[in-house]
Amino acid sequence: MSILEIKDLHANIHNHEILKGVNLTVKAGEMHSIMGPNGSGKSTLAQVLARRESYEVTRGQVLLNGKDLLAMKPEEAACEGLFMAFQYPVEIPGISNAYFLRAALNAIRKYRGEEELDAMDFLPLLKEKMRLLEMDERFLNRPVNEGFSGGEKKRNEIVQMAVLEPKMAILDETDSGLDIDALKIVAKGVNAMRSADRAILVVTHYQRLLDYIVPDYVHVLVDGRIVKSGGKELALELEAKGYASTEPASAAAR
Amino acid sequence: MATAATERLRNYLDAYHTLGANASRQPAWLRGLRERGFARFCEVGFPTAKNEDWRFTNVNAIAQTPFHLARDARRSEATYSDTLDACRIPGAACQLVFLNGRFASELSDLGNLPQGVRVGGLAQAIAQDGASFERHLGRYVNIERDAFCALNTAFIEDGAYVYLPRRTVLEAPICFLFISLPGNDPEMTNPRNLIVAEDGTEASIVEDYVSLGSGVSFSNVVTELVVGENAVISHYMIEREDRQAFNVSTLRTQQARGANVSSHSVLLGGGLVRNNVHPVLAGEGGECLINGLFIGNGTQHMDNYMLVEHASAHCGSRQFYNGILDGHSHGVFHGRIIVHKDAQKTDAKQTNRNLLLSDGAQIDTKPQLEIYADDVKCTHGATIGQVEENALFYMRSRGIEETDARSLLLLAFANECLDRMKCAPVRDYLRDLVQGWLPGISHSANGNSAHAGEVARRWEEVG
Repeated sequence: MSILEIKDLHANIHNHEILKGVNLTVKAGEMHSIMGPNGSGKSTLAQVLARRESYEVTRGQVLLNGKDLLAMKPEEAACEGLFMAFQYPVEIPGISNAYFLRAALNAIRKYRGEEELDAMDFLPLLKEKMRLLEMDERFLNRPVNEGFSGGEKKRNEIVQMAVLEPKMAILDETDSGLDIDALKIVAKGVNAMRSADRAILVVTHYQRLLDYIVPDYVHVLVDGRIVKSGGKELALELEAKGYASTEPASAAAR
Repeated sequence: MATAATERLRNYLDAYHTLGANASRQPAWLRGLRERGFARFCEVGFPTAKNEDWRFTNVNAIAQTPFHLARDARRSEATYSDTLDACRIPGAACQLVFLNGRFASELSDLGNLPQGVRVGGLAQAIAQDGASFERHLGRYVNIERDAFCALNTAFIEDGAYVYLPRRTVLEAPICFLFISLPGNDPEMTNPRNLIVAEDGTEASIVEDYVSLGSGVSFSNVVTELVVGENAVISHYMIEREDRQAFNVSTLRTQQARGANVSSHSVLLGGGLVRNNVHPVLAGEGGECLINGLFIGNGTQHMDNYMLVEHASAHCGSRQFYNGILDGHSHGVFHGRIIVHKDAQKTDAKQTNRNLLLSDGAQIDTKPQLEIYADDVKCTHGATIGQVEENALFYMRSRGIEETDARSLLLLAFANECLDRMKCAPVRDYLRDLVQGWLPGISHSANGNSAHAGEVARRWEEVG
């Protein structure tokens, strides 16, 4: 079944149209990658899906598990199973990583009518996910992202994803700024999340990440539209020929 | 105008004579000290906005209210039991209670302190052994500079007293609870506290100001904290009086060589609050931390006046004050650092951060560095901003509801200050207190979220 259905999505920021009719369907168990040059609207798409209010949707529809995503607040979208790993994770001084993530998990559990976890139950779960991402336990009590290196922040995003177990995960340029070792660790974390009832959308500028996370489908976003879609070989083609080879007119989204 | 001023002073003159009659057993040196205080107060009167130290705080409301000396307010113990329970800090070494500034031994729990440690009411202690107080009382606070300190000195009657003999180490905090009992007429109390910590001592001391009932009251507090060599002392001031209360307090610390003092202030209540913290680093190698949190809404006015005097070499001072202001509240942070001529290798730092949650809230923040030595490091910085929309979105994107996210962010901002408190029982108590205080603030902030773009002003200087 479709986890995410995007139909003719148009979105503005400051009255400037960025998305000009995006169509995309992502089914359970699939991994998709959206690639595109700078300024093509990749991050805008991710932000709109995560319900950032500064973007104005002017036309189109987005369904998350059949529900109207565009009518949801950010927290409702999260509770309905959407997760976005931020391109620039935000530092929150004064709130520890463990406290923050437990508050998030419990908010989602409460929404679903599940019992909240106390610190005793939560900590082993968090530690397990941190081990997977090779993060030291001292990060538990450090304020969220404060003083983390770029790579640590990105790994922390994947830890959050692993704990919150979303149905639809969006990774917004998670690979940017990572060295090869950090990239491998992040890829390992993402690959561990692949499952038959989850979909993952990887937004990236570079093909590099796709050496380690192999998508089922690759889409090319140029000037606010998906201009080309294909299998994983499309990423290699883009790497060899660059985005110039994609023709804006030939929109053929799945 | 002169007649109106004279009229107002007459009120204090009456009060002064009343106290003089009641406190006739005070030793001569104390009567002399009070006389000097009263003379100075009569000479200068209450400060006006022309005085640079009072530029952002108008004390007309205090000056024009005819305050009487607070009455003796002893009532049955049952009247206070709820307040005492609510204000008891779990794990405290003792809880000493003051009603309208006077020690109430029948309500106090003296705990089980090590031998040689003395805690209690100042009046009683002076009556027993007046001579040993002459060395310290009134020796540190400057009545020439500050009319409120002069006023307090004129009305010295009672207050908290602590004496820690050499090398006493207390893990549990010593707690003083000052209960204001507003009456039908505006009343004033002048608690005078003296804390003497000899060389090598370690302890935490809490002053907690609360109201029982509602009405106009004026607490004019002076605390002299004398800290011996290599002593490590934490002082906590909690202001949570009624919204009609005026509270002016001065903490004056005198630090000997190698002494390490931290002053923590948490201002939540009161209508007009002025919090003076004035440490003098008198011996080499001393350190002080001046840490504060003020949370205002409605029409509260909270003024924090810091005066850090580096009088000796190789001392370090750190000032961190965070303010959260909502409604039409007005906050002030005035951070003055004086580095005397011989205080080489001084390392002084000052940071004031503020969150304004509404259009009507206001903050005035002002650094003032006076450096007379040539080999020093002094930095200061202040920020004024609103709840960070990026952080809010980040938290919401993880499933946390907007109101909860806002509360968490405010708590996190408050935690920056709370986390600097080393005494766990006090810190935990204050964290709960602040957490309970915040939701009302964050709730009212929602109405203002529309304008909450990131209009942050930031300046940072090294000088």
